[in-house]
Amino acid sequence: MRDRLIFAGQLGFTLLVAAFLVVPVVLSISAGVTVNYFRGIQSGVTLQWVVQVWNLYAGEIGLSFLIAFATLAVTLIVGVPAAYGLHVKGGRLSRVIEEIITLPLAIPGLAIALALLLTYGGFGGFRQSWLFILTGHVVFTMPFMVRSVMAVFASVDIKTLDEGAASLGASPWTRFCNVIVPNAMPGILAGSLMVVTLSLGEFNLTWMLHTPLTKTLPVGLADSYASMRLEVASAYTLIFFIMIVPLLVAMQMFAEKGEKK
Amino acid sequence: MVPRRGQGHHHFMSHRNFIWICLLPLVVVTAAFFLLPMAQLLAVGAGGSRGVSAYLAIITEPRYRATLINTVVLAAATTIATLVIATIAGLFLQRHRFPGRAVLIAMLTFPLAFPGVVVGFLIILLAGRQGLIGAITAAVTGEKVVFAYSIFGLFLGYLYFSIPRVILTVMAAVQKLDIGLEEAARSLGASPWAVQRDVVLPALGPAFVASGAIAFATAMGAFGTAFTLATNIDVLPMLIYTEFTLAANFAISAALSIGLGVIAWAILALARSMSGGAVAAAG
Amino acid sequence: MSGIAGHGAAVHIENCGKTFPDGTQALAPASLDIVSGETLVLLGPSGCGKTTMLRIIAGLETPDAGGRVLFDRTDMTAVPIEQRHVGMVFQSYALFPNMTVAENIGYGLKIRGVDKAARAARVAEMVALTNIGGLENRRIDQLSGGQRQRVALARAVAVRPRVLLLDEPLTALDASLRDRLRSELNSLLRSLGITAIYVTHDQAEAMELGDRIVVMRKGAIAQIGTPREIYFAPQNRFVAEFVGAANIVEGPVSGGRLTLPGGWLALNDAADNAAAVAMIRPETIGIVAEADAFLRGMVESVAFIGDRQRLVVTGAANKPLTVDAPNTINVRAGERVGLSVTPQAVRVLPKED
Repeated sequence: MRDRLIFAGQLGFTLLVAAFLVVPVVLSISAGVTVNYFRGIQSGVTLQWVVQVWNLYAGEIGLSFLIAFATLAVTLIVGVPAAYGLHVKGGRLSRVIEEIITLPLAIPGLAIALALLLTYGGFGGFRQSWLFILTGHVVFTMPFMVRSVMAVFASVDIKTLDEGAASLGASPWTRFCNVIVPNAMPGILAGSLMVVTLSLGEFNLTWMLHTPLTKTLPVGLADSYASMRLEVASAYTLIFFIMIVPLLVAMQMFAEKGEKK
Repeated sequence: MVPRRGQGHHHFMSHRNFIWICLLPLVVVTAAFFLLPMAQLLAVGAGGSRGVSAYLAIITEPRYRATLINTVVLAAATTIATLVIATIAGLFLQRHRFPGRAVLIAMLTFPLAFPGVVVGFLIILLAGRQGLIGAITAAVTGEKVVFAYSIFGLFLGYLYFSIPRVILTVMAAVQKLDIGLEEAARSLGASPWAVQRDVVLPALGPAFVASGAIAFATAMGAFGTAFTLATNIDVLPMLIYTEFTLAANFAISAALSIGLGVIAWAILALARSMSGGAVAAAG
Repeated sequence: MSGIAGHGAAVHIENCGKTFPDGTQALAPASLDIVSGETLVLLGPSGCGKTTMLRIIAGLETPDAGGRVLFDRTDMTAVPIEQRHVGMVFQSYALFPNMTVAENIGYGLKIRGVDKAARAARVAEMVALTNIGGLENRRIDQLSGGQRQRVALARAVAVRPRVLLLDEPLTALDASLRDRLRSELNSLLRSLGITAIYVTHDQAEAMELGDRIVVMRKGAIAQIGTPREIYFAPQNRFVAEFVGAANIVEGPVSGGRLTLPGGWLALNDAADNAAAVAMIRPETIGIVAEADAFLRGMVESVAFIGDRQRLVVTGAANKPLTVDAPNTINVRAGERVGLSVTPQAVRVLPKED
């Protein structure tokens, strides 16, 4: 009897916490498709707000994807070889480098954004292009890629596989392509999902780095929260959810698969 | 054909050089877009009218100090509340199997990567002028309760942001607990409460330290949520933002953001040395 | 035969030592010659430097300044492993999980630009040689430990290496499988006639596989010799005790006799020595009637092992002696016995501090 009471109490509490997290999302989704949120759902269901958001903010959404995939490209090209180098090299220098590239996870985005602005703000062309935002996203997401790949290296004994391929006559570059990258794939995929998800949702840095011509999806969101009617802001949030939730689900599935191994 | 004998070897890159080439792009990118800017930030912070003492202004200037205290108290409250909530829910979810459990876990963890701005908006929908709580209280008591833009609204926002990742950490730690320890304690006559108090919670200590530090550091530096909700509340990120964009006070905003960065980094470094695990804040 | 056999290189190692950056010396400068086609076993406890030696020969470690590695008189010291044309079997096998069995075996050939048909033929040859038919398209994680070991061997041999390097290739397997694969490996190495260098800590493996054995200890070579030499004529106490079971006895030598508490032993031309140390293998000691023996003792315990019985005899030497007696003789604990040892079976060891 006492056990059942404790169980019921904990379940109730957990449901309450879940409601706290889920109810606002449901509110937001319903507001995004309601004709008039103030009057409630009986005022009718509509896609007009979603269409309006698309007309207003398609550019922002497109730029966000451009930046997310450019960030992914850079973190792949720079981060995957670096993860291999850091793992194989080991030693103090590697630890220091790893520590430094992980710092952007500890330092608030606002500080990094200010630093970038104060250093490169004067280079007009660079400052006004989306590449400026890209640098911030790369700095912020790089540790996720590097660590995700390094985690795989630590678990598959990549060093011996590398030596095995070398003993068979493969040059360093051939080994990297034939053995290192294929075996790092789970980490590369997990890291990629993480990088794209974080880049699509990044606001702290981006708000500081953007210009009127380089607005991203979350910047547009903040705009709409400040200046648009609730239905439009909700519809915009709905579009964001539709983009980000599949990525989150994929990431979660990946994490579970990794745990089972 | 690869040369059989050694003469050809100097045509090939040595492994050592290859590793350096692998590391080079990362070193260049990090130096150019992180280390150099951070050094510049440090220099600008010291280059204002206050000089190096700008770095002390976060403590000496009463207005800044009040903001700092505000932010720390808010972050600490968020951390404690999140830990309590996540421990109860995480222990429950990891220790019981029931229909719908997977759905419940998904509901508790899917907001993991919502940006702060979106979280802020969700709090507005909950407790804003057209919010659910306002509607309910108006219907029940006749008085509309609105607190999204107060410090309590911000607290709820940070809570929303922190709960998913702390629950995940707690659940992972509970999974690793040796059930034998609990059974041993029970065999020695410990009541369920005593088992929780003497065995389970102490074993979860490192997970608490790690996830608590992440929650704290994240709450200290959270900008997106504050930007949406904290138009009237003094928290450090908003102070830095207004000093920079509105007052164009570059030196002070640089010094304050260095101070904020150092606090966040120090909390995480301390937690890491205590818990031995990898600890990092989230945007 | 289209040459399953590789062409074995003669390997010459000259003054190769290894000091790690932290200052620890894993290997004192050592020289070693491996004849073409020979199987040389590096034997020793963990941390003795045997793996470091192997990795220097492989090209995975660079020797300290002054050290040189030569294959058929060509200096290979500065040549990276991928151009030494060696075959290597790793302790963990290092099979590529992203490739099938056949792809693993054919990888070295692919790297060498061997065309697809020739590669397939060679892979088939290797599959037959190592008895793994039917596994060609399996993934590595679908193989048992023994199968992995065979694939690793096939992969290393497929490229017809100049030197085959094996780093504890059987250690990861369980005991019965290890014994079976050991004799398979032995006949394979014999039939290939390849130069092979084999690292192990298991003396039975070393005895069966090695043409010669290099016993190593604390980063230095303790003795080089054939299995028989190592077993019957150890040059020092470490080798005597590491390889097989050994009774170490101490006593004065004069006039070709080693005097012990329970009598004396005849020696082959040994100089007089007030405090000599000698080794006697347990199976070389015969049990005879007390009256017929010059050395006597009391049986303290008898352990029946099946193929033999192991006795512990006290009172004969300064320490209890272990005696491996045939399983047919009838002795009981507490009985007094005589011990017969031929002069050839007593090995006087050099004095050590």
